[in-house]
Amino acid sequence: MPDWILPAITFVPLAAVAVMMLMPADAESFHKLTALGTSLFVAAVGVYMALEFDFDRSGELQGVVDERWIDIIGSRFIVGVDGISLPLILLTMLVVPLCIIYSWEHFPEPHNPKAFLILIMILETGMIGTFVAQDLILFFVFFEVVLLPMFFMIAVWGGPDRKYASLKFFLYTLFGSALMLVAFLSLFFLAEDSAGEALRSFDLRALTAWGGAGLARGTGLLIFGGMLLGFGIKVPMFPFHTWLPDAHTQAPTVGSVILAAVLLKLGTYGFVRIAIPILPEAAVEWAPWIGLLAVIGIIYGALGCLAQTDMKRLIAFSSVAHMGFVMLGIATLTDFGINAAVFGMVAHGLITGMLFFIAGSVKERYHTLEIKRLGGLLVQAPRMGWMLGFCVMASLGLPGLAGFWGEFPAILAAYQPANGISEVTFRVYMVIAALGTVLAAGYLLWLLQRTAFGTPSEEFADDPHVHDANNFEYVAWAPLLALIVVLGVYPNLLFETTDDAVQNSLHPCLSAESVEDLPEGVTCSSVFELDDDLAGG
Amino acid sequence: MKFLLAASEVPEVSFTSDVGGGFNIILEYVWVIPLIMALSFAVILFFGKSLGSIKIGDSETPASSTIGIAAVGTCFLLSLWAGAAWIDHRDNFPEADATSVLEHGGDGEHSDDAEHSDEAEHSDEEGAPAYFDGDGAPLVDASVGGAGAAALVEAGEDGHSEVHASVAILKGFTWFQSGGHEFTVGILVDGPTILMLFVVTLISLLVHIYSTDYVHGDRRYTHFFAFLSLFTASMLFLIMSRSTVQFITAWELVGVCSFALIGHWWEEKPNSDAALKAFLTNRVGDMGLLIGMIILYFAAGRTFDIMTINEMAVAGEIPRNTLLIAALCLTAAVMSKSGQFILHTWLPDAMAGPTPVSALIHAATMVVAGVYMIARLYPVFFEGFAISGSSINALALIGAITVVFGGMLAFVQDDIKKVLAYSTVSQLGYMVMALGVGAWTAALFHLFTHAFFKAGLFLGAGSVAHSVHSFDMKKDMGGMRKFMPTTFKTFVICSISLAGVFPFAGFWSKDEILVGTGGWGLFGGSGGSNGAYTLMLVMGLVGAMLTGAYMTRVIYLTFFGEFRGHGHPHESGKRITIPLVILSVFAVGAGLLNLPPGFITGEEAGWQERFGHFIEPQSAAFPPIGHATPSYTLAIVASILGLLGPAIAVFYYFNRVEARSKVEGRSLTELPDGLTSRVPIAKAGHTLLAEKYYLDHLYTDVIAGGTKGPVADMADWSNKHLIDNVIDTAGRTAVTAGQFVYTKIDQPLVDGAVDGAGKASSAFGDELRKSQTGKVQQYAAYLFAAAAVLAGVLIIVI
Amino acid sequence: MTEVYLNQFLILAAVLFSIGVYGVLARRNGVMVLMSIELILNSVNINLVAFSAFRGTLGGEVFALFVIAVAAAEVGVGLALVLLLYRNSKTIDFSEVDAMKG
Repeated sequence: MPDWILPAITFVPLAAVAVMMLMPADAESFHKLTALGTSLFVAAVGVYMALEFDFDRSGELQGVVDERWIDIIGSRFIVGVDGISLPLILLTMLVVPLCIIYSWEHFPEPHNPKAFLILIMILETGMIGTFVAQDLILFFVFFEVVLLPMFFMIAVWGGPDRKYASLKFFLYTLFGSALMLVAFLSLFFLAEDSAGEALRSFDLRALTAWGGAGLARGTGLLIFGGMLLGFGIKVPMFPFHTWLPDAHTQAPTVGSVILAAVLLKLGTYGFVRIAIPILPEAAVEWAPWIGLLAVIGIIYGALGCLAQTDMKRLIAFSSVAHMGFVMLGIATLTDFGINAAVFGMVAHGLITGMLFFIAGSVKERYHTLEIKRLGGLLVQAPRMGWMLGFCVMASLGLPGLAGFWGEFPAILAAYQPANGISEVTFRVYMVIAALGTVLAAGYLLWLLQRTAFGTPSEEFADDPHVHDANNFEYVAWAPLLALIVVLGVYPNLLFETTDDAVQNSLHPCLSAESVEDLPEGVTCSSVFELDDDLAGG
Repeated sequence: MKFLLAASEVPEVSFTSDVGGGFNIILEYVWVIPLIMALSFAVILFFGKSLGSIKIGDSETPASSTIGIAAVGTCFLLSLWAGAAWIDHRDNFPEADATSVLEHGGDGEHSDDAEHSDEAEHSDEEGAPAYFDGDGAPLVDASVGGAGAAALVEAGEDGHSEVHASVAILKGFTWFQSGGHEFTVGILVDGPTILMLFVVTLISLLVHIYSTDYVHGDRRYTHFFAFLSLFTASMLFLIMSRSTVQFITAWELVGVCSFALIGHWWEEKPNSDAALKAFLTNRVGDMGLLIGMIILYFAAGRTFDIMTINEMAVAGEIPRNTLLIAALCLTAAVMSKSGQFILHTWLPDAMAGPTPVSALIHAATMVVAGVYMIARLYPVFFEGFAISGSSINALALIGAITVVFGGMLAFVQDDIKKVLAYSTVSQLGYMVMALGVGAWTAALFHLFTHAFFKAGLFLGAGSVAHSVHSFDMKKDMGGMRKFMPTTFKTFVICSISLAGVFPFAGFWSKDEILVGTGGWGLFGGSGGSNGAYTLMLVMGLVGAMLTGAYMTRVIYLTFFGEFRGHGHPHESGKRITIPLVILSVFAVGAGLLNLPPGFITGEEAGWQERFGHFIEPQSAAFPPIGHATPSYTLAIVASILGLLGPAIAVFYYFNRVEARSKVEGRSLTELPDGLTSRVPIAKAGHTLLAEKYYLDHLYTDVIAGGTKGPVADMADWSNKHLIDNVIDTAGRTAVTAGQFVYTKIDQPLVDGAVDGAGKASSAFGDELRKSQTGKVQQYAAYLFAAAAVLAGVLIIVI
Repeated sequence: MTEVYLNQFLILAAVLFSIGVYGVLARRNGVMVLMSIELILNSVNINLVAFSAFRGTLGGEVFALFVIAVAAAEVGVGLALVLLLYRNSKTIDFSEVDAMKG
């Protein structure tokens, strides 16, 4: 893959921002066309990248650029893409132009397309940058770059309670980031190369190769804990999830979509890319707790949904539950579980993004999202109603649609977690997670029944504002709907891409059936409980 | 594109049994059948409305239904072809061993030798290739009996000591693989598949035709037919599933179609409520399905392949406890999908959907998916529940309770469709019970006959309702036999078949189940059975009595007496009556397909047990079930008991109620309660009779009314108040818990902690800001004070 | 001729500094505060020059010249501020100016 691709997709949006800043705010169509053109260009390069990507070597980093960056702290500008990041990058590239198309005609109050689109462009740089970064400091920088535009998007274009929500979102994430940074710095100082020399590097590849060897148990646990907080807040994991419903409810539609489709994945991606590969032993010890929080999240999120009266808030809470499945897959630390998690990330991005789009359009027509006052969407806007039904079915995990392949494999993987993790514990989690699918059907169908079925309430029965989806909405939604079906029918498209990369990211001790299976030169600590087998048999 | 190239390398095709090309080639291509229906769905959904109407003859027919009928008609013909091919394949079983399978090859692209040998190596590696066994002696049960064994023996006579262990056709490829887990899909064609193929396509075809009249002019005509197509596609996909994950997929898809069709008229809240209830209840069972299938997946060494799982279960390679847990989990799924007590409550509510849907989905096909699943994974249940040599197990008990409970509930319904719904519950109970006692063939045979007469009954009820615009038997029906003679005749025929009267179809299948219980040891009729399930036999007999009785009640209330409704009912059109006639023909004759052995002697003896011969698998993937010897004594006793129930009901309705109706000059639906009835003085001459009636009434109360009245009422009450309540309460509790968690924990505690941190720092800031007075000189004072302190520190330190 | 000691300069400077600090803190008139600041600066200048003279280097004197130049600028700006303050709020009493109150 040519070297220029990854820097290009990362920084072209930023270049567009520079151009847009120079133009006056009243040149609205210029800003719209620039933003759309840029995002489409980035998407086109992305498609080219996918074509150039060597799927036979999807486990390795490709298109790597490794340049000097900040010598004084030993940080380098390293970007690269492999099977795990590729789908997420493509998802980002898809969602951004769709968001721009969706908001083409109706930018939320207080309008100002220039500022709004500039923020979206900065977001795109941040999101793509996070997925391609292979250096901890670079990752951290992009991770934080994402934060600000989203903060402003909620704080300026948000709902009535936007100040509270945006501040909460900002501070929560910043709090996590701080601990995450400390964890990164500790890794910098503690990592050693194979000769026992201090590594003094933020290079992810080198740190993964180190794999936490020789690190004291307590230190490892603490460092992992720091990253757990940093990433866990972004996911969001119970009990760090409370920023999410507020942020989602207050954010403008496009903000919610980007938040759900991509931003939440930054956290889970961090686990898969950074935390688990670098500190596999600590991961094994943390796994039961992560799994516990995940299943609590599944049930708790579902219960939260049942209590909601606001459509958007309900969808937001459902994210907590769905990301619980993703975290459960990750917590198994198995190849399959993490593959399922990556699939779950993409599927959740498509489905929940789509649900937020529809919620936004409902809000625009009815000027309320209160479930009690809605009803009969299928009568007034039949196509939108059907699409809502479709997404609800996808979201509750109907086989044949994308959502199922995020849920079922995660539950399946929980039956047999990696070495060193209690099977009994995870089988209990499996049953609880399966119960979560029942509750998911409950709240989602309830939502569907109250909003789409029945007849419109009197206040909206003759409202001329209520009309079916318009062309901008069709264009923005069609790719998402199509992908939900395509990934559901042919999940191999994604699983095959991610498989090798996931396998490479996992420590061999996690999956080896016995000591003999290990590659040469690898020894496993007692955490993996591999030695016991040897001693016993 | 490199990626797609990489992906296309994954699929691999495998054959287990060669069909020899030619006529039987359809067996390898049965997947075309659901594909046609899926295409039909897509075409109807996206183009149905824009295509408008098609002119056929002199009547305008909407394009959507025409497409649907054409598609399902094609599928029916293909199914007939497949059936004929299967009969040929089954009887002319290739005597070849594995090597000659390779030589035979197939038809080109999918079956070159390399792939075959790949598959052969592959199965060798797995270590359990019994259904494709070339060397070792395959496990063929000696007790298969009849022509099946003969065919196998013939196969062996040609000097080949190797005998195929299976005639099933397996074909598939890897859907995807990830992290060492392989998800395979494909087709598995054997007896049960062919059976269901025929049932589903036939009934779907009849329902399609029926619906063109029944939902004529409906607000969502196109959607209705689109979902009928989707349902048919999913159901066909389900029955030919080769792997469990494919099975789950299809299982959920039929559930969604059921949801969409129950809620077809979603403007009215009760309909959407019923749809929700159906889906959610099924989800509860699906939880068991997911977990059960996952357990089996790991227990069988990471495979979703149904055949492999079955073989390992039969061969005892899976610990019995694991099988038991898996079987219990799967039973939960059966209970919800196939309406077994206590998860049956959604099924009567599902009658909110259009009647053709009830006939197709909630009587003949989807609800038997659970039964089919047990039949498919029978070794898991057979070994897990230790069915052989036992006298009770969870599956049989659930089935038996459902038989009686469902039957009693059917008494107290006024809605004709609800009676039929409870009847379906009861009959599904028979099937599950049969599987629970090891009478595999009997269960599938009953599934087969039940599909016809129950679909006929539903469609008949729909025909009546179409005419009187109501389902209420007491308020809006009565005397319909005069207006609707064809509907009346077919309804009665189907009812008799349901009641199990000789020689209608229902008799043969029900008798086979009762024989299979093996509980008739008293008369020496239990030979060859799997165990002595006496309780199941008793429950089955009680169920048979109830069945006849409640159907008599329905027939009386609907077709006899005076018309109590409004308007002028008339016979339905041909598109409704022809399916009824076809179904009633099957309701009479289908039973002849599986005459019990020993029933006929002489040259025609080959006509016995044809059904079992063609349907029951012969392979190492099928447990060694016993086949009970039929007993004339049992058949006669069962017939007497089965007629006793309807006899009492006939006496009560056609004699007593009819007489009272004449007396009162209006059509009665039940006799007024004895205590509250005031016999007119003019009829004093009949006092004795009335007194006798009074006693008789009490007597009726004890036997018929006793079950019909308090017990069934109690059952109904417990159904409505206890079980439904539990479900409602569970739902409400979940919502309350949700609200509690949200308002009491999430908002104040979790969120409170977050807000608290903010508030604390804000409060601290408030205090701090008081020191910021804005007065320059005060700041200067701080400055100098601080400088002085620092200077002091400096002096002290230095 | 009496001996000149360094301490004499330092004491003078200290006295001047203290008077200056008192003026800055206690006087309410803006102009007086500015003048007091001048006293402080000049006391520092005395110190610088004295140390420089006693050590025989030029650094202190050069530095004092810088301070005088900066002080001139400071007075210029300060007086302008006071003038603006007077224009806006008709007072040059610092105790009444608290627009920056938190």
